[in-house]
Amino acid sequence: MSGVLVVTEQRAGASGQDAVWHRMSWETLAAGQQLAAQMGLKAYAAVLGQGIGVLADELARKKLDHVHAVEHALLATYTADGFTAALEQLIRKFNPSIVLFPHTYQVRDFAPKLATRFHQVLVSDTVGFRVESGSPVFIRQLFQGKLNADVKLGGAEPHFASIQAGAFRADQVEDGAAQVVQFSPELTAEIIRAKPLEPFRESARAVDLTSADIIVSVGRGIKEKDNIPIVEELAKALGGELAASRPICDSGWLPMERQVGSSGQTVSPKMYLAVGISGAIQHLVGMKGAKTIVAINKDANAPIFEVADYGIVGDLFEVVPALVEEIKKAKG
Amino acid sequence: MKILVSIKQVPSRDSQLRVDPGGHWIQENDLTFEVNEPDAFALEEALRLKEKQGGEVVALLAGPARASQTIREALAKGADRAIHIEEENLTAFDTLGVAQLLAKAAEAEKPDLILTGLQSDDLGYGQTGVVMAELLGLPHGTIIMAVEKIDTGIRVKRELEDGWFQNVEMPLPAVLTIQSGINKLRYATLMGIKKAKTKEVKRLTAAELGVAAAPTASIERVYLPQRTKQTQLLDGSPKEAAAKLVEKLRFEVRIL
Repeated sequence: MSGVLVVTEQRAGASGQDAVWHRMSWETLAAGQQLAAQMGLKAYAAVLGQGIGVLADELARKKLDHVHAVEHALLATYTADGFTAALEQLIRKFNPSIVLFPHTYQVRDFAPKLATRFHQVLVSDTVGFRVESGSPVFIRQLFQGKLNADVKLGGAEPHFASIQAGAFRADQVEDGAAQVVQFSPELTAEIIRAKPLEPFRESARAVDLTSADIIVSVGRGIKEKDNIPIVEELAKALGGELAASRPICDSGWLPMERQVGSSGQTVSPKMYLAVGISGAIQHLVGMKGAKTIVAINKDANAPIFEVADYGIVGDLFEVVPALVEEIKKAKG
Repeated sequence: MKILVSIKQVPSRDSQLRVDPGGHWIQENDLTFEVNEPDAFALEEALRLKEKQGGEVVALLAGPARASQTIREALAKGADRAIHIEEENLTAFDTLGVAQLLAKAAEAEKPDLILTGLQSDDLGYGQTGVVMAELLGLPHGTIIMAVEKIDTGIRVKRELEDGWFQNVEMPLPAVLTIQSGINKLRYATLMGIKKAKTKEVKRLTAAELGVAAAPTASIERVYLPQRTKQTQLLDGSPKEAAAKLVEKLRFEVRIL
């Protein structure tokens, strides 16, 4: 059966708690429904794990041809070996034309391995698609979002692609009624080579950026640690919290707890002012929910300007001090 | 421990990129190039592991002749020797093709550990390491923030989303993709730069490795992204632009 298979992601609840969806599962499901409709194919979904009946039932209330509940005791905890083997068996049995994944950290860990088993490449981190004479062309970003590329899929089906966070809207998933089909992969403990231990958090967060109304965030453009006070001054003048993009925290110029982005905090303040941040996707996913976004950057083509409401193209070392002065003037 | 580090040369971060006239790739002739940043962290981690465990660090790179510079820098930082898969037109290969080249070269070396950056700053597919592991039949770990040798192999700290981490143990040999920021990068010393000139660089070609370019996923067109949002750009001198922004913040955003 050909069609578009959407592989959803759930997180098994710790010690007996219920499993929860990864929110990107719904975004990818919306993408899968739209792609299937445009290609005139059926859409179906898979959820993997153990004790996932409730999740499969939830998927069954969406507009899908059917839902695969892929269950096995060895899928209770995620491993690349286990998930790859289970999905390989499912795909070989049902022969989808296209397999879509949410572009999560977990998918980055196993989907390239799965695609390799089919002599295919995972077209990863796509932001959209269009259908040209029956075949999908996926759009993905190059050079950290500075350029886009149209990527055509070739070779024998199935094709594999993953969908970037926020590229499709979860609330556009269409409701319907689907049948749940159980699938029990044949897995043995020996195939799983890595032994995952319990997930943990480094330390309690002392800084909660999620409750801040105004965030002033600093990136690579600041050049060195000694320049951080320039931006700190701006945060102070605005009465906002100071935050940073990943490279700043990696370098130890600001503590990790002030990091915004996919590996840091996700914020949606009234105003997010990005200083010297080019706007790699890993950063954008953490802040594009802000009500107003302001960007100061020397590169007019920086991807940050794609999400900014207001922008100043210029040297932050000149613009920021001028801005602090003007704010102080305005505040009297 | 014999550690192979797979590195890539990419356009420098500050590059002003222009699409080539054919619209298939960027104009490369006026660009400067540097090591892909996550790969620099992978190399550093390999050097640190060698300093603790002893052994050898071999740098592996697929790319055109100009990438020799990136290899020399890796040798200057402390890699013992290097393998250069010299291929002028690497864009003719897709990710699977490049991983096949690297895996073929790696196979002959029989390393205990293969490290590479979690993704490249140019294509950003983020899968070369994982695909190499599959081709070589090895276990892997991705987005790694710490590596520790244990009796049964290695214990690695894997970054999850939203500030979560997970330790994973696996046997050797294995492949790890390294996250930026796992360590502090070293600079090459004068002595290192001098020594690099005498270190072995083995040159291989795709033909010698028996890998032909047969891409399944191909880039049809490269272009500047269309803005989805209308950005109000505030121009003038820094002072003028700042004054305009404050106006907007007061009367449109109403946050001042």
